[in-house]
Amino acid sequence: MSLTKDRLVSPVLLAIACFSIAALFVIGLFIFVEGLPIMVKVGVWKFIGSTDWSPLEGKFGILAMIAGSLAVAAGTLVVAVPFGVGCAIYLSEFASKRAVTLIKPAVELLFAIPSVVYGFVGVLFIVPFVREHLGGAGHGFCILTASFVLGIRVLPVIVGISVDALQAVPKVYRDGSLALGATKWQTTTMVTLKAARSGILAGVILGMANVIGETMAVIMVIGNAVVMPNSPLDSVRTLTSNIALEMGYAEGDHRRALFATGVVLFIITMILNTLTRYVTGSRVRKKK
Amino acid sequence: MKNRVYQALLVLACVSLALGIGGGCSKRTGRQEERIRIVGSTSVFPFAEMLAEAYEETKPGVRVDVQAGGSTVGIVSVRDGICDIGTSSRELRDAEKNGVTIIEIARDGIAVIVHRSNKLDSLTKKQIRDIYAKKITNWKELGGDDASIAFVTREEGSGTRGAFDEIVMGEGTRISPSGLVQDSNGSIREAVATSPHAIGYISLALVNEKVRAIKVDGVAPTHENLAEAKYPVVRPFLFVVKGQPKGQVKEFIDFVLGPKGQEVLNKEGLLSPIVK
Repeated sequence: MSLTKDRLVSPVLLAIACFSIAALFVIGLFIFVEGLPIMVKVGVWKFIGSTDWSPLEGKFGILAMIAGSLAVAAGTLVVAVPFGVGCAIYLSEFASKRAVTLIKPAVELLFAIPSVVYGFVGVLFIVPFVREHLGGAGHGFCILTASFVLGIRVLPVIVGISVDALQAVPKVYRDGSLALGATKWQTTTMVTLKAARSGILAGVILGMANVIGETMAVIMVIGNAVVMPNSPLDSVRTLTSNIALEMGYAEGDHRRALFATGVVLFIITMILNTLTRYVTGSRVRKKK
Repeated sequence: MKNRVYQALLVLACVSLALGIGGGCSKRTGRQEERIRIVGSTSVFPFAEMLAEAYEETKPGVRVDVQAGGSTVGIVSVRDGICDIGTSSRELRDAEKNGVTIIEIARDGIAVIVHRSNKLDSLTKKQIRDIYAKKITNWKELGGDDASIAFVTREEGSGTRGAFDEIVMGEGTRISPSGLVQDSNGSIREAVATSPHAIGYISLALVNEKVRAIKVDGVAPTHENLAEAKYPVVRPFLFVVKGQPKGQVKEFIDFVLGPKGQEVLNKEGLLSPIVK
């Protein structure tokens, strides 16, 4: 009796698992079917190599948006990596148990705050601050502002994965280093961090993929001008904000061009995700 | 034992999920109340909702669903038969006019707004055009402070942008891509309200005390000036229907164009359409 049930459970669970894979497949297929024809029609190189985006005149070039996404991702890393890795080192190496139980959930909670709230806080406080103190072409709506907002948003991703990576370093490494007379800080920087670096790198790349996919908060603080980024104080548009901004009104080729923007986004995120797997994979191999 | 309960629950969940999907589909056929579905312009949306509410009060048993998606979405949806009425806050392009009836329900001014601290009183249409084409980049050139202008615009495809493009920019001049882009009247108002050197354009009916609407060509965007057709930046609010309106949809449109519907719109700051 229980054997037959056992036989039943496995295929049912398999079906459920297949459903999530099917969802990925269907979404991917849908984006490519809708987006690829216009890319071919415009010319793939022209589509990703031109900065002229005037969809109503039939000009579809998303280079400015690709550059915008990358600029925001880079800016975010500059903000998030020192804070994230620093926080992870403290939590894993120096903090008392009580401090960990207090700080870790708090950092994780950051990720639970909805994206739109980040955007709202950014518009109300960071945008005016940047405008008054730094100025610039974007009048506060700029890469720097977005980097700050998103830097805080991805902190939990980087902290979480980095802490895991640091804690995965065997205790004997630290003990050995300390026994040789190294201080705690020397042990951390020269031994533990080195041993955990691929894990930390994976966290950083995953955080970057998160930033590139982020939409709502970015739309609100970045100004969305379709120009190539020249300075951190410029307003730019990212791939995601291009899709979300114009989807409501787009039709025909314009709409398909937004799907094609999604194709490019899909490929970039896929590359970053694969990179994460590759980096963590190499760590596992090394350990053996 | 525990395992069994778990398995039973799992199967139950699967079955109810399957039933749920099937059940959801079959429910649709049993329609009892009459429904009018309206989709379209985000600018028309708040007014269409008020009209729907007023109409539902006079006609129990009729439901009017209003959704915002954009003028283009409205026009496409009505052509595809997804909704009964599409709304648009811009004139239709020639290619869109085939097989549909266009009904003007109101006219709306587009106000050019600046920060409250901005001392400038009036701009000409040409000056506004030059700002948005990025030929004028500093308020100093217009007699204001020495500060660079942050011009805020709507995204491509928006009805408000389409109307602004047509009326202010005209043929051959493009809105510069380096302008800040916001995706609704409200967020443009918010951006201008918080940036001392910004300029933007929004539906006149949505101007509030947080921003200041300036004169265009010396004419203030007041209701009187709009009614007398003096204010230059005015656009239509349109209902678009596939074929000819009939039945419940026609009754609703008659209500909107009639005294009660127009009263609702006028109270909110919109103008009645010009009778041709």
